[in-house]
Amino acid sequence: MNIAVCVKRIPKTAEADIFIEKNGKEIKKDNLVFTLNDWDGYAVREAALLKEKHGGTVTVLSIGPEESKEVLTRCLAMGADKALRIEEPAIQDGRLIARIIAQTIQGQSFDLIMTGVQAEDDGYGQVGVSLAQILGLPHAAIVNQIEIKGDRALVKRELEGGIEEHVELKLPAVLTIQTGINEPKYVSLAAILEAEEKEMEEVSLEKLGLAPSETVEANVDQVFFPPVGKMAEIWKGTPEEVVGKLTEILQKKKG
Amino acid sequence: MSEIFVLVEHRQGKIRDITYEMLGLGEKVAAQQGAALTAVLLGKGMNQFAEDLATRASKVLVVEDAQLESFNSIPYQKVLSSLIPKYQPFLTLIGHTAFGMDLAPSLSVEMNFPMITDCIGLSLEGNQLKGTRSIYGGKVNANISLKESKGHIATVRPGAFDPKTPGDKKGGIIIEPSPLKEAIDAKMFIKYIEAPITGEDITQAEIIVSVGQGIGGPEHIPVIEEIAKNLGGVIACSRPVVDRNWLPKERQVGISGKTVKPKVYIAIGISGAFQHVTAMQGSETIIAINKDPRAPIFGVADYGIVDDFQNVIPILKEKAKGMK
Repeated sequence: MNIAVCVKRIPKTAEADIFIEKNGKEIKKDNLVFTLNDWDGYAVREAALLKEKHGGTVTVLSIGPEESKEVLTRCLAMGADKALRIEEPAIQDGRLIARIIAQTIQGQSFDLIMTGVQAEDDGYGQVGVSLAQILGLPHAAIVNQIEIKGDRALVKRELEGGIEEHVELKLPAVLTIQTGINEPKYVSLAAILEAEEKEMEEVSLEKLGLAPSETVEANVDQVFFPPVGKMAEIWKGTPEEVVGKLTEILQKKKG
Repeated sequence: MSEIFVLVEHRQGKIRDITYEMLGLGEKVAAQQGAALTAVLLGKGMNQFAEDLATRASKVLVVEDAQLESFNSIPYQKVLSSLIPKYQPFLTLIGHTAFGMDLAPSLSVEMNFPMITDCIGLSLEGNQLKGTRSIYGGKVNANISLKESKGHIATVRPGAFDPKTPGDKKGGIIIEPSPLKEAIDAKMFIKYIEAPITGEDITQAEIIVSVGQGIGGPEHIPVIEEIAKNLGGVIACSRPVVDRNWLPKERQVGISGKTVKPKVYIAIGISGAFQHVTAMQGSETIIAINKDPRAPIFGVADYGIVDDFQNVIPILKEKAKGMK
């Protein structure tokens, strides 16, 4: 079972202060910490678990700048065998990324190709399913369980309201992986150091015979902070005082 | 002028709310263009649905086939890619749901249409489709314009638009033959798996103390659970907490978990991703504790405490003791 996992390096914004660039089209990134997209981490771990069970290899690939090497090394430490970085610092358009990945892996015999359901930054959620269509492969999105049966995969998709569905796919196939599909494994420093010895290939679009010439399908005109509508009344004061206000509300509500 | 397609989403014998929300949005965009609003209904035994939809759209296109009974992206895509060239809709709206996320990207590649996903706003400026998306976990919005094209695809965020209510006029119902010939083997729907009914039913609780990834680790769960109990309530959580196995799935509040409407909802270390907010915003009173003053949760909460939860919890623990 040979598996390819497509991963993205993203900035962590959950607890960070966000500023908008002067051009108004992007947030400032220089104060942010970058890491492996959470969904992709689950996909890499799942690929490693499938490899343990069925043998084969796990290849991780990422389109991004030099700094993406860090997240690829992390993926190698998580159990991937080799990594491929396609040098391209600027592309944001998911459709174009899907086309580049498709051209890169076409002709290689992967049984499964995985991506995360979406990326934490723009949450567009299109690369995996677009890639399947370009490659002419069946796909399933939002997968939270995988069972391989010969040349078919029985997968569970997460639907709304706690309901799931079983779908059967003919391999090779493309799956987009949901968080929680497995238990993440702690990645030790020793594993990272060891991973630095593993194979990491770096290629340019030109070397692949590709040019990012296609017109981008979706353009960002402007980014802005969401309009402040109804905003919470923020309680000021010491922890004792704010907890006092909280319990007051609770008393009132409990009647 | 052309028309706008709204792909009807239904599951287990029910039309899903997102369908009516897309019809509400579609009607507004159609009005900008003088376009017709068409509900596209794929399934098996769809008469009743078609009658309902005809009161909310100018036209209902129906394709019936046993292979369309439960959602499967392959037959759905085959039918849509035969209807779209025939009717040439300027825009096709699909839910940004488990159903739409499995279909819209591959359909847009096949049709070679530009696509915008997870829209919270959508409008036409001349011939250009512009949309608004919420990015970086809801901290920033982005205005996007799509490349000009004869067709576009947009997926629509659930809960972002007002639903279309039935009108007086009734649209026509057009039955199209199914283009599906042979059985599809590459992807097969097997069955639905209902959520197991186990443990505490958080939807019945009057007070919910809910925790998010911001609590940092499972070691804080026991004390927060004790507080919840002493307040006469239950502990619940957002998705990352379940993903990390700090609490079981039955405690999850969110689109893929439970929808709750307690008297008081206390959100601790929850950033406020829309998947969570949409399932708890019906609570009577929402109190959020988060150290990030820009966290989107404060946009939905009634009251907020901007502080590290660890400064607040020990005091709340003591106060809660006498409150049950």
